[in-house]
Amino acid sequence: MKDDVILCFCEDLTREEVREAIKKGSDSFEALKRLIRCGMGACQGKTCEENIQREIMAITGKTREELPLQRQRPPSVGIFLQDAARGDNDEK
Amino acid sequence: MMKNSAEVVIIGGGVVGCAIAYNLAKMGCTDVVVLEKEYLTAGATGRCGAGIRQQWGTEMNCKLSKASMDTFEVLNEMLEYPVDIELKQNGYLILAYEEKEIEQFKKNISLQNRLGIDSRLISPEEAREIVPHLNIDGLLGAAFCGRDGHANPFHVTQAYADAAKRLGVEIYTYTSCMDIEREGDQITGVVTDKGKIKTSKVVNAAGGYSDLIGNMVGLELPVFSERHQIMVTEPVNPLQGPMVISFYHHFYCQQVPHGAFIMGQGDPNEPKGHNIGHSWQFLQELSGKIVRTFPVLKDLRVVRQWSGLYNITPDSQPILCEAPEVPGFYMAIGFSGHGFMIAPITGVVMAEMILGKEVSMPVHKLDLGRFERGELVLEPSVV
Ligand SMILES: Cc1cc2nc3c(=O)[nH]c(=O)nc-3n(C[C@H](O)[C@H](O)[C@H](O)COP(=O)(O)OP(=O)(O)OC[C@H]3O[C@@H](n4cnc5c(N)ncnc54)[C@H](O)[C@@H]3O)c2cc1C
Repeated sequence: MKDDVILCFCEDLTREEVREAIKKGSDSFEALKRLIRCGMGACQGKTCEENIQREIMAITGKTREELPLQRQRPPSVGIFLQDAARGDNDEK
Repeated sequence: MMKNSAEVVIIGGGVVGCAIAYNLAKMGCTDVVVLEKEYLTAGATGRCGAGIRQQWGTEMNCKLSKASMDTFEVLNEMLEYPVDIELKQNGYLILAYEEKEIEQFKKNISLQNRLGIDSRLISPEEAREIVPHLNIDGLLGAAFCGRDGHANPFHVTQAYADAAKRLGVEIYTYTSCMDIEREGDQITGVVTDKGKIKTSKVVNAAGGYSDLIGNMVGLELPVFSERHQIMVTEPVNPLQGPMVISFYHHFYCQQVPHGAFIMGQGDPNEPKGHNIGHSWQFLQELSGKIVRTFPVLKDLRVVRQWSGLYNITPDSQPILCEAPEVPGFYMAIGFSGHGFMIAPITGVVMAEMILGKEVSMPVHKLDLGRFERGELVLEPSVV
């Protein structure tokens, strides 16, 4: 039976797709996102990371302590380029 | 279980290390280990813009990038990689805002054309035909080559790594090279945090950390690292064909096939070092440049900014050679911000060099000794 529960909503990834990639050797969240884009969408992992980390733990047998969270980077929520540009006076 | 000996040990699981490993194995040397302290593409490769341009100002870079583009075009089939490497060849559009840039581009283009690269100088209006959302205020002209483009750096690296593994190469992730052992001037082994590997040949492909690997064999390499920041937007429908870059404003901006815009800029005041943090000034300054150059992008949301290390040499050209003082110590380092686009040919020439074959490109000019001899291969056109 196809496991089509969605784990990463922004990038539309099913649990099956995530599990496949972990089994192929992407054994940390950072490694996994680089190949299948989980956590690279608009939410930047804020909705999916916890669930995906659980899948990595289950398949690799690693503990929570052995699995670093992905690195947090700005902006904390999506921000329009025109708003980010505000205050930049270099009109060249 | 980790191997305790290998013919060649490569330090660094970026695109360069993986491309060298694959080419060694393809040429028959399969007893190869790649050491990566984190996961594949953890370094500059997984943080880069992955642009591939043949529009360079030195014969060396034109030749290396053209040969590499020839390979990128067939990489999926060559490496039998099931996922698309997302090569998008809609060109590089290089903007000129100063008369002296136009003069430089003219020189570059005549060199490029002589070497078989189909680039040309175009007017601001022609530039706007290629990129309709480009604001051409103040633009004097642009250089364009339609066969340039960009690819997905994660999949390119994984493609090399998977192909290398199928040929017998071992890749150990989360394994750090801590030291290199020698007896007399001969290399005898590599010490990792998971054990020792006996070897007489080591390849330094450690990107931004190549200086530290050099220190392990007593070399002070003429390279330094420098943070470069980059950011990405939410995905939208296809809008922009080419990679657009400006040396004057120090920025580049592309739309990847997935739909996101990826853009970055160099900061002339960035201090040397291994910092890969992020700054709000970058976000603000680059957003300003982008909104002025591409007004319609103002309503796009930035979702992430990050950074990675350029590994820079005094002439902004890589060092590709065996160290004269340390036989068996090879290096492919100092790519100065354009190592992704020449990785395919770098993999080939390094494998040839290591196996004592005739080297198929004139890279002997990229040796370590050129700095002392004063024979720099100065590249005028870098971001
Ligand atoms: C923001 C940015 C944008 C860029 N844009 C472009 C572009 O558009 N086009 C282009 O061609 N190039 C670009 N570059 C440059 C390009 O990313 C690099 O030149 C290229 O990726 C270098 O590949 P590499 O394999 O040599 O190094 P890296 O990818 O850095 O790989 C080196 C690896 O070595 C590992 N390592 C280090 N020390 C050790 C150790 N002691 N033991 C084990 N492993 C170790 C690191 O973890 C790392 O994974 C850009 C770079 C940056 C930062």
